[in-house]
Amino acid sequence: MNLGFPLFPDQASTMAPRVDALYFVLIGVSVFFALLISIAIVVFAFRYRRRADNERPPEITGDLRLEILWTVIPLGFTLIMFAWGAILYFDTYSPPPNALEIHVVAKQWMWKAQHPEGRSEIDELHVPLGRPIKLLLTSQDVIHDFFVPAFRIKTDVVPGRYMTVWFEATKAGAFRLFCAEYCGTLHSGMLGRIVVMQPRDYQNWLGGQAGGMTLAAAGARLFQSLGCVACHTEKDSARGPSLAGLFGKQVRLQDGKTNTADENYLRESIINPQAKIVAGYQPIMPTFKGLVGEEGILQIIAYLKSLDRQEGGPARK
Amino acid sequence: MSEAAMERRLHYLNVSYGVKSWLFTTDHKRIAWLYLLSITFFFFIGGLAATLLRLELLTPQGDLVQAETYNKLFTMHGVMMVFFFLIPSIPAVLGNFLIPMMIGARDLAFPRLNLLSWYLYMSGGLLTIGAAVAGGVDTGWTFYTPYSSIYSNSHVVLTVCGIFINGFSSILTGLNFIVTVHKMRAPGMTWFRLPLFVWSHYATSIIFILGTPVVAIALALVALERIFRLGIFDPALGGDPILFQHLFWFYSHPAVYIMILPGMGVVSEVIACFSRKRIFGYSFVAFASLGIAVLGFLVWGHHMFVSGQSIYAGMIFSLLSMLVAIPSAIKVFNWTATLYKGSISLDAPMLYALGFIGLFTIGGLTGIFLATLAIDIHVHDTYFIVAHFHYIMVGGAVMAYLGGIHFWWPKMTGRLYPEGWARLAAVTIFLGFNLTFFPQFVLGYLGMPRRYHAYPPEFQVLNVMSTAGASILALGYLLPLIYLIWSLRYGRVAGMNPWRATGLEWQTPSPPPTDNFEKTPIVTREPYDYARAEPQSEYAPGEVEHV
Repeated sequence: MNLGFPLFPDQASTMAPRVDALYFVLIGVSVFFALLISIAIVVFAFRYRRRADNERPPEITGDLRLEILWTVIPLGFTLIMFAWGAILYFDTYSPPPNALEIHVVAKQWMWKAQHPEGRSEIDELHVPLGRPIKLLLTSQDVIHDFFVPAFRIKTDVVPGRYMTVWFEATKAGAFRLFCAEYCGTLHSGMLGRIVVMQPRDYQNWLGGQAGGMTLAAAGARLFQSLGCVACHTEKDSARGPSLAGLFGKQVRLQDGKTNTADENYLRESIINPQAKIVAGYQPIMPTFKGLVGEEGILQIIAYLKSLDRQEGGPARK
Repeated sequence: MSEAAMERRLHYLNVSYGVKSWLFTTDHKRIAWLYLLSITFFFFIGGLAATLLRLELLTPQGDLVQAETYNKLFTMHGVMMVFFFLIPSIPAVLGNFLIPMMIGARDLAFPRLNLLSWYLYMSGGLLTIGAAVAGGVDTGWTFYTPYSSIYSNSHVVLTVCGIFINGFSSILTGLNFIVTVHKMRAPGMTWFRLPLFVWSHYATSIIFILGTPVVAIALALVALERIFRLGIFDPALGGDPILFQHLFWFYSHPAVYIMILPGMGVVSEVIACFSRKRIFGYSFVAFASLGIAVLGFLVWGHHMFVSGQSIYAGMIFSLLSMLVAIPSAIKVFNWTATLYKGSISLDAPMLYALGFIGLFTIGGLTGIFLATLAIDIHVHDTYFIVAHFHYIMVGGAVMAYLGGIHFWWPKMTGRLYPEGWARLAAVTIFLGFNLTFFPQFVLGYLGMPRRYHAYPPEFQVLNVMSTAGASILALGYLLPLIYLIWSLRYGRVAGMNPWRATGLEWQTPSPPPTDNFEKTPIVTREPYDYARAEPQSEYAPGEVEHV
C-alpha cells in the first residue's frame, strides 16, 4: 500500500487554478458555517444542560430580525457562488476560435482520438502544451464521460450528437483520463492518458505514423466512395445543394426556419436526411446510417469544413 | 403502571393474535409494524451489498468479485436503499403510526387503502428481490439510457416492474396522509397547532403524489424500449437519451426531499421535547418544509450540468438549486436557536437529532458546491457526489429515522429501550459515518469516479479509511437491532409519557388502544407548549391507568 498519497489533484490547465480558487472560497465559507452551528450546539448543550427535572425554560417563540438575518446572508452568499460558477462554466464550454480541433469517439470500453493531420490513437491523447485544444466528442453506443481531473474538465459523451469541451494544458506530462459515466461491465477499465508535449515534440509525434492522410483528405475519399459527390457537386444542382463553404453558415429550411450548419446539423443530415430539408430541394437523399461509422462521419465533416468559398460553389445565405 | 397492568389492559397489540390478525389488519399502528419489519429486511439486504462493495474497494485491483458482480451489487444497494428503505422509512413507519395520533384521529382516512399500500410495497420489493435472485441488474439505480434500455444484458424489465408497482404504494400513502390531515383533525386542532412532524409529512405527501407518476412513466418507457424497440431514448432508434434523464430526475430529485423532509419533522419533535421549549420560529420551519417541497421540483436539471443540456438551462438550474439551500438553512438555524436557554437532556433520541443537524449541515453545504456550476463539472460523477448524498440520506435521513424510532419506541411497544446502549450506538454510528464518508469528499476532488470496480493505486489510503469507517458503522447499526428486540421483552415499562412530551400521541396509554383515544381529544393548546406543561404531566407514568 502506498502511504504517500495525494490530497489534492494536479493543476495542469488554465482552468484548474480558476476552479480551485472558487473551491477554496467555498471550503472557507462552509467551514465557517459548519463550525458556527457545531459550536453553538455543543455550547448550548453544555451551558443549558438539564439540572433539575422541574426546570421551566423561558418561553421564546422566535425573532423576526434573526429570521431575516439568516435568510439574507445565505442568500447573498449562494448568489455570489452562482455567478462565479456560471462564468467559469460558460468559459469551459466556449472554446476560443483558434483552438486546435481533435475528434474523440468513445465506445465500450475505449477512447479513439483522431488528429486533424490524420494520426489516430487509442486510449491516449497527445496534445501540445500551451495551445487551446477543442475536443469534438461522440459515442458509438451508450453514454460515456470524458473526465480529466488535472484539467478540471468533464463532459458526457452522448451517442447521436457531438459534445464540445476545451482546455489549454499548462504542464507537460501524462495525466489520467477517466470515463466518469457508468457505461457497463468494464466501466472502470475505460481509462486513458493525456500526454502533454512541447509543441515541437507534438509536431514530431504527428509525423511519426507512416502512410498518414489528413482527416480532410480521408473525408474527401469517403465523399467520393459513398457517392455523395453525385448530387453535391461544386455548384448547386437540381438534386442537391453544393456543400462548399457551407460550414457555420445559416441554412434556410423548407419549413421556413433557419438552422446553423454546425457539426450536429451535418451529422444529422447524413444519418437522418429527412429531418431537415433545405428550402428548394426534394427529400430524396437516402440515409447513410450503417454505411459510415462515427469516425467516417467526423472525417467527412472535416472535409466539408476544409472546403472554402473560393474552391467550390456559392456560399449559402 | 406495572407490567401486569399493561398486560391486562386491552391495547392494539394484544387485542387479537395470529398471522391473519396482522396480515389483514387495517389498524394504522399495526400496518406501521408491517412496514417496520419489511423495511428493516430491505435495509439489511442493501447493507449487505454495501459491505461487499466496501470490501472490494479495500484494494485498488478488482479482486474480491468480478466487475459484473460489482456493478450488480451497487445497483442492488442503490435500488434497495432508495426505493425500498429510505423513501418509505419515516413516512410509512412513523408517519403511519403517528399522524392519526398526533391530530387526534382514530385512524387514517382510508384504512383499507393503507393496507393495500403495504401489499403493493411488498409485491414490488419481492419482485425486485426476485430479479436479483434471477441474476441481478447492472444499470445503477439511475437506469440511464440507452445502456438500460438496449445494451444491458441483465434483468432490467423485472426490476423496473418492481419499482413501478412500489410507486403506487407511495402515491396511495401520500393521498391517504393529505386527506387525513385535511379531514380528520380533532376539534381545536387548527393548522398552526399541527406538530411540525405533520407539516413535514404533508409536504412529503405532495411530492409523493406529483412526482412518483413521472418516474413510473420513465421506467415504463425504458421497459417498452427494451421489449419492443420503441425508439424513445436510444438515438440509434431515433430517440433521445437525455429525455430519460429529465424524466428520471424530475421525480428523483424531489425524492431526496421525500427522504429528508420527514426526518426534519422528527428532529423538530425531538429537539422541542429534549430542550423543553417550543420550536424557535415555528411558522418559518413549517413554511420552509413547503418551500423545499415546491422548489425541489424546479431543480432537477442540476443532475445534468455536464450531460449536454444547453448551458443557459444549466445556469437557470444552478440558480434555482441555490435557492433551495435557503429554507434548509432556515431550519438548521431555527433548530439551533431552539436549544438556547433550554433545559437540555442528551438522551439517545436527542443525540441522533443533534447528529442529524451536524451531518445535514455538511451535506447541505456540500450541496452548494455541487450547485456551483464550475465545481460540479469537476466533481460530477465522482466520490464527492457519493459523499454528499450519503451525508443527506444516511447522515440525515437514517439518523432521523433511528432517532424517531427510539423516541416513539415506548409509545409503540409500551417499553423503554436500554438508554446506555442506545447512546453508545448513536455515538458509534456518528463516528463510523464520518470516517466512512468524509474521506470520500477528498477522493472525489482528487478525481476518483464513482461506480469503479478497480481504481488507481494513489486512491487506496482514503478508500481503506472509508472501509474501516463502514465496519464501525455496520456495528452501530447492528446494536439497535439487538437491544430493541431485547427490550420488547425485558425493557422497563414506559408508561404513557416517559419523555413528558406535549404531543397528543403522549396523552394516551402506551401501547395505545386500537382506537387511539378513549374519547376524541379537544385541543386547546399550541404544540410544544412546554412552558405551560406541568413538570409532572397529569398523565405521568404510574398515576393513571386506563382500561
